[in-house]
Amino acid sequence: MNLTLRIWRQPGPDAGGSMVTYQVSDVSPDMSFLEVLDVLNERLIRAGEQPVAFDHDCREGICGSCAMVINGRPHGPEQTTTTCQLHLRSFRDGDVIDVEPWRARPFPVIKDLVVDRSAFDRIISSGGYITSPTGSAPEAHSILVPKPVADLAFENATCIGCGACVAACPNGSAMLFTAAKVAHLNSLPQGQPERESRVLSMVATMDAEGFGGCTNTGECAAACPKGIPLSSIANLNREYLHALRAGRA
Amino acid sequence: MAVRALWDSTIGKKTVMAVTGLMMVAFLFLHMLGNLKIFFGATDFNAYAAWLRTIGEPFLHFTWYLWIQRVVLAVALVLHIVSAWQLSRRDRRARPVKYAHGLRPQASFATHTMRWGGVIIAVFLIWHLLDLTVGAVNPNFVPGKPYQAVVADFQVWWINIVYIIGVVMVGLHINHGFWSAAQTLGVNRPVRDVAIRATGTTVALLITLGFLTVPIGVMTGLVH
Repeated sequence: MNLTLRIWRQPGPDAGGSMVTYQVSDVSPDMSFLEVLDVLNERLIRAGEQPVAFDHDCREGICGSCAMVINGRPHGPEQTTTTCQLHLRSFRDGDVIDVEPWRARPFPVIKDLVVDRSAFDRIISSGGYITSPTGSAPEAHSILVPKPVADLAFENATCIGCGACVAACPNGSAMLFTAAKVAHLNSLPQGQPERESRVLSMVATMDAEGFGGCTNTGECAAACPKGIPLSSIANLNREYLHALRAGRA
Repeated sequence: MAVRALWDSTIGKKTVMAVTGLMMVAFLFLHMLGNLKIFFGATDFNAYAAWLRTIGEPFLHFTWYLWIQRVVLAVALVLHIVSAWQLSRRDRRARPVKYAHGLRPQASFATHTMRWGGVIIAVFLIWHLLDLTVGAVNPNFVPGKPYQAVVADFQVWWINIVYIIGVVMVGLHINHGFWSAAQTLGVNRPVRDVAIRATGTTVALLITLGFLTVPIGVMTGLVH
């Protein structure tokens, strides 16, 4: 396959950037998108140019590192697929592919396609945990969790914190991310003691980081590589309003 | 304390928008039903308009109920617009750099119209109040005779166009807004999602079509 990649190049956080066009020839349809960037980077390094900086780690779709917007969609055109699991067979020979970093003010570009996602870490550290010491994995039957609750918690716990929801949202909103964490922890028995303070604190941090508000357009859930549903946001709103009524603000 | 926290948070401002929006939808639904009385003729319609001023009597004085409702709706409208304005400013700040390859695969047409459509509705509302409530821009306006003012209004082609555009924008606004309000208030759940979307679309359609029957009635000569 021969492809034309138009990649956002930006030397540093405060430097200006632009889309730069690269030709990549003779690549296999079985290669992952990151492998194409590897091939391109080897060529750039040999030519003495700066390689394209991009985040990647596990390359098996579970770490959430590989953040890039491909042809206007976070993680590219395939549903519930991270960039590392996206293969060139999803494209056609001769395609022109635009590759851009996540775009959101709370996710400033560090270099090229790498953005600083520590705003997510600060949301988590403001309440995305339970404070009781958990020790080793407890006996599964010691605290009974009904199956639908366990399913709901697990569905939301699959969030890998990649930030595709923020990248997809026209408002740069972190609602789906925050909603997944709140739904995960607030639905389980272990999360109950901090149920109200958790949601109030995490939403306050989310707002303070400068993320936009939710306008219920649904772009986040469509872009989520883990398929976190839009209903999680309704759940977050419900938990938040419940906490306000409970007088924990 | 909770009220302050509500107003300061994005979810809280959306909640304000949801509640005020639903209040205005309820008003529009009743307003639309009242308008349909125009098909019973001038006497019925003008008597209905006169009755609106006597609601709550003798406990309330003449037109007091109407003024209470106007104040409540005006406050709701201002809160709705201020929240939308502040949230939109925040949303735009959160996405300072646009994508070179922009795509919004999920957003429906109605979703796209929420902001500029809302501005159009606000402008339409001002004109509509000056036209048929205050009568400042309506040469045929006589207090107590709304039937005659409406019929004279919709004889004019551009007034029909302005009115139809305004009402269609309201319908689109409700189509996204109703479901969005259910989502914001946390009422929506996966099992109710289809029903809530369908209800929102039905309410939007009923309100839009109900309001449109009046200019269509005048244009076709059914109302004269």
